[in-house]
Amino acid sequence: MTPFSWDRITPILMIAPSVVLIAIFVYGFIGRTAYTSLTAWRGVVPDYTFVGLRNYIRLFQTEKFQADIVNTVHFTAFFLAGCLILGLGAAVLLDQKLRGSIVFQNVFMFPLALSFIVTGTVWRWIFNPGYGLNVLFHNLHLDFLQSGWLTKPSSALNSLTIAAVWQMSGFCMAMFLAGLRGIPEELREAARVDGATEWQSFRYVVFPLLRPITLSAVIILGHISLKIFDLVFVMTFGGPGYSTDMPSLNMFITTFRQDLFARGAAIATVLLLMVALLIVPYLIWNLRGETER
Amino acid sequence: MSVLVAAPRPRAHLRPSTIVVYVLLVLLAIFYLLPMFAIVVTSLKSFAEVSRSTLWELPKAPTLEAFGSAFETLAPAFFNSVLLVVPATLLSALLGSLNGYVLSKWKFRGANVIFALLLFGMFIPYQSILIPLFQFLSTIGLYGSIPGLILVHVVYGIPICTLIFRNYFATVPRELLEAARMDGASVLGIFRYIMLPISIPGFVVVMIWQFTSIWNEFLFAITIAQQQQVITVALQNLAGSLLAQYQIQMAGSLLAAAPTLLVYILLGRYFVRGLLAGSLKG
Repeated sequence: MTPFSWDRITPILMIAPSVVLIAIFVYGFIGRTAYTSLTAWRGVVPDYTFVGLRNYIRLFQTEKFQADIVNTVHFTAFFLAGCLILGLGAAVLLDQKLRGSIVFQNVFMFPLALSFIVTGTVWRWIFNPGYGLNVLFHNLHLDFLQSGWLTKPSSALNSLTIAAVWQMSGFCMAMFLAGLRGIPEELREAARVDGATEWQSFRYVVFPLLRPITLSAVIILGHISLKIFDLVFVMTFGGPGYSTDMPSLNMFITTFRQDLFARGAAIATVLLLMVALLIVPYLIWNLRGETER
Repeated sequence: MSVLVAAPRPRAHLRPSTIVVYVLLVLLAIFYLLPMFAIVVTSLKSFAEVSRSTLWELPKAPTLEAFGSAFETLAPAFFNSVLLVVPATLLSALLGSLNGYVLSKWKFRGANVIFALLLFGMFIPYQSILIPLFQFLSTIGLYGSIPGLILVHVVYGIPICTLIFRNYFATVPRELLEAARMDGASVLGIFRYIMLPISIPGFVVVMIWQFTSIWNEFLFAITIAQQQQVITVALQNLAGSLLAQYQIQMAGSLLAAAPTLLVYILLGRYFVRGLLAGSLKG
């Protein structure tokens, strides 16, 4: 047995408060939510009668939740595509290191400092069919670009995506830019010496090296888009109809506006599982890579 | 972020490809600045002018009326947000620095597992803890209050703060610690007299990150502190109740965004560092 030593105990005492807090507030609470989802609790008074998976079965039968899943997939796909294309494009342009690049870089990233509430409020005004973008497009003789934006079920989700891409694409850009700056100039130089064109050196040297960063960006942005809440809340509140409803908003309304706590807990659990499916492998991949280094 | 700020390569002549790059950069900049244009132009109009003109017309008779109305409505919430964000940021930075120090320099058996379990807490959708949290805060009497919201932000800020400090302390050479050990310094002594003084940049990154995140947070605020409105909730209410008064909505948006925008303008590179830390690999 090793002798008692404060140097062994102190570190554990130092992180103990955080570990206890996370154990309760994250894992304990998740467990309780999962348990709540298996009960009959509806109304303000808790009712812990066990009902098995009934809430989940009913949930998946509701038209609203089915719409949520379709909307989430649709939103995530377009949101990711938009952020990756704009992010990579902007990063490559900035990596040309032209005079004034830093100013453009700051402009592309400032939306990240704003809240989704501010973003949503402002974009709702820009999307206003009578005053906003439609007027601009008409003046530019681009009438075919006019749309009902947030007011029509067919265009509302895509409009929401535009605002989300506006806000988050700078994150993608920052990641790609860090990646590009991390690639040694010699590698590209070597490709040029071997007679590669600018495009070929990008396609066969730079892009493969950006693959891990692209994966990180997809996972981080992907999990953000699964959780998207604020923006929907302020821009459409899920409407028109269910056209922009999302699991996160559905959970909030079901639980805190309709007092259907057990069903709300079921939605929360499904949402958590979707996020965990994406994040847990990513965490393992990251931390494994760290110990190998 | 040093990797993001590279010296410009000198270019004497303007090649066609350079012009193409500039054109594309300007087009992108227009897209990103569009909402800023909408905010500034609209917030300087009177209600009469907003309803009569489109978003794209510059104000004919600029007025600060809208800012007055927005400030009157938002001031209490703005003050609440300050009361929330200052203690929450300080406390979570403090906890993060303790954890980061231990998890990078005093790794005990199982430390990496604990780190992974802490990190997971940063990615969860908070809906998955919201019901028990609501019950818990009601039980201890903190539901609907700023102290309750502070507690929540401190707890759920632990993972990201720990991550940033752990990465930061990992760059401190082992020799520094060993020298201090030789001189008889304790675990806490090393933290207090060696690590804390050199961790100012780490604190700056963490505090800017927490300040921005907490100031902008909405889900916790609307669920557990509806009675004590913070700025995001108040702005959402304002936008929902003054539907046609876009000039007040835009002025309010600028007021709500001002503190974090200011921090971004003044300390942008630290903000970016926190941002990239959140993606782990960065």
